[in-house]
Amino acid sequence: MSLTSAHSVVAPSATSKRVAGTIIVAYALISIVPLLWIFATSFKTPPDSIAYPPKILFQPSLEGYCNLFSTRTRQTPEYINSLGPATGLCDETVRKRNMVIAGPSNFMPRFVNSLIIAFGSTFCAVFLGTLSAYGFSRFKVPLADDLLFFILSTRMMPPIAVAIPIYLMYRELGLSDTALGMILLYTAVNVSLAVWLLKGFIDEIPREYEEAAMIDGYTRLQAFWRTVLPQATTGIAATAIFCLIFAWNEYAFAALLTSGTAQTAPPFIPTIIGEGGQDWPAVAAGTTIFLVPILVFTILLRKQLLRGITFGAVRK
Amino acid sequence: MAEIRVEHLRKAFGDFVAVQDSNFVVEDGEFFVMLGPSGCGKTTTLRMIAGLELPTGGKILLGGEDVTMRRARERDIAFVFQLFALYPHMNVRKNIGFPLLAQGMPGAEIRSRVEETAKLLRIDHLLNKSVSGLAGGDRQRVALGRAIVRRPKCFLMDEPLGTLDTEFRDLMVHELRELHNRIHATTVYVTHDQMEAMSMADKIAVMNHGVIEQFGTPREIYDRPATMFVADFIGSPPMNFLGFGGGLSKGAREIVVQGAKVAVPEIREDVAPAEMALGIRPEHIRFDDASKLRGAIYGTEYLGTTQIVAVETADGIIKARVPAEIRLNPGDHVGLALSSARLSLFAKGSGRAVRTEIHDSASQGRAHHG
Repeated sequence: MSLTSAHSVVAPSATSKRVAGTIIVAYALISIVPLLWIFATSFKTPPDSIAYPPKILFQPSLEGYCNLFSTRTRQTPEYINSLGPATGLCDETVRKRNMVIAGPSNFMPRFVNSLIIAFGSTFCAVFLGTLSAYGFSRFKVPLADDLLFFILSTRMMPPIAVAIPIYLMYRELGLSDTALGMILLYTAVNVSLAVWLLKGFIDEIPREYEEAAMIDGYTRLQAFWRTVLPQATTGIAATAIFCLIFAWNEYAFAALLTSGTAQTAPPFIPTIIGEGGQDWPAVAAGTTIFLVPILVFTILLRKQLLRGITFGAVRK
Repeated sequence: MAEIRVEHLRKAFGDFVAVQDSNFVVEDGEFFVMLGPSGCGKTTTLRMIAGLELPTGGKILLGGEDVTMRRARERDIAFVFQLFALYPHMNVRKNIGFPLLAQGMPGAEIRSRVEETAKLLRIDHLLNKSVSGLAGGDRQRVALGRAIVRRPKCFLMDEPLGTLDTEFRDLMVHELRELHNRIHATTVYVTHDQMEAMSMADKIAVMNHGVIEQFGTPREIYDRPATMFVADFIGSPPMNFLGFGGGLSKGAREIVVQGAKVAVPEIREDVAPAEMALGIRPEHIRFDDASKLRGAIYGTEYLGTTQIVAVETADGIIKARVPAEIRLNPGDHVGLALSSARLSLFAKGSGRAVRTEIHDSASQGRAHHG
């Protein structure tokens, strides 16, 4: 390993490593700037958020978060002064703008809807996808190639192209504005991706493992559960992240099919803008909180994701 | 432990016939090797015995019970795969105990059985190691451990030494045979390596194109090959063939090859005139200037104890194994003397061996296997 003078044909040279490093750091910085901008904006006051030139250094404020979680009404200073002392940080912040907190906003329920619908549909898509992928990988399915092609066809156009029929069907079936309806919809879109991705992963697992287990006295389902599934975890994790990101971020169907009880966060966040002026800090606060679950989920599964993506390359 | 009986076994994948009317019996406690080139149907036969493939026709009996269409898990057999199929997410102990877990055996009993098995295979020090860190030979032993821990009716092994280094292979051949001698388990072993087959088997079936060409002991297969394929496949270098024409009649003891008279074992059947071949093992050739069968030295391979000499004759090159001391130069003309008692005769068209006294003397008192 100390052949410093010898020129290796496979190891990259120091210069190329430095160039590659610079490019990666630059790309990472460019990618993270919008996120940092949103993060910073969420801690600005409304006047700071629209100041020009933009303020890099500013007095942080929780006003955006207060506004995000509450609805407020404008009152006269006399009325506000007639109230007792402020009951909390948000109350105090809001009163400075001649407002009082009228109640909680819809953000929390919308955020919970997003969690239920995104994680629910991801679970369904990955569950169905794993079983179908195993079936396609291991059994002689009649017309398997055609079926796989048809499954993929749901991804061949933007899903919104079928928005009108789905809207009408959902209205007839009573699925409009229900969490179940949204879970079914996102599952249907994601399951094709899940089948294709997971089939690749399961194809890579030699079938000798299940055969060995079946000879050793297990049923096929037990063999699948005990030998295939543990080895497919990287693929399942990678697939789950892709499905979750789609379901979490989906806007068009959510805007069209949900309005009240089942509304998710993406169509809700823009409505904040309309309420009493352009409240950018509140929008930025909503977006920041919205990013957290995906961030946590991805970091938790990061190892699997990396291994999953480089699967074929490092396995044996 | 049990006897395995295979009757008229057949397997077709669409138009391709992988196994064609196989018949054989592996007796209780026997080490049986299926030998043949890749694609000859030996692995398919093994997988049908295991229940991993269902036959298109025929029967498989395990210990007298018809298991032809039974599920793998209901057959009480153990299988060792070429790539071992050790579960990477379990350690050695869990891998070996996995089949016992399926039977619902209590944990303490699994523990003692696993430890006993590991001791037998001398891997008890590895029990808590991860299987991914093991060397090839140890992986092999763990795979064997998983097979023997359950004490099944029989063991099926699909080229289990195929991925090992040559050095390890010789060691494992020895270990496998020693293990077999200790536990006397009925074993079906698939390989394409004639050295493994010859050194381990009680019985060998040589397969080609889905057909069993010959079934017999290693000695029978080497000394009395039933077909030209077997003669060519077994032995290194393989059997030499010298072509000759004309019919053979019962009782004859001599044929004419390239104008030279060659004494052969007494022929026991009449053969109509056709293209024939005389089969000679390289070690049954001596150099003798008096012989009328002549050739020119083409090249030599020096092996230390012996040397392989390629001799160009009127019918192509034949190889002789002769003592290493003889000095030979390319181009030298030599006479070839053949050990008459050890020669085989074949009909070139069908590849079948012609019946001679060596067959009769050997098959006396033993059942004939298909």
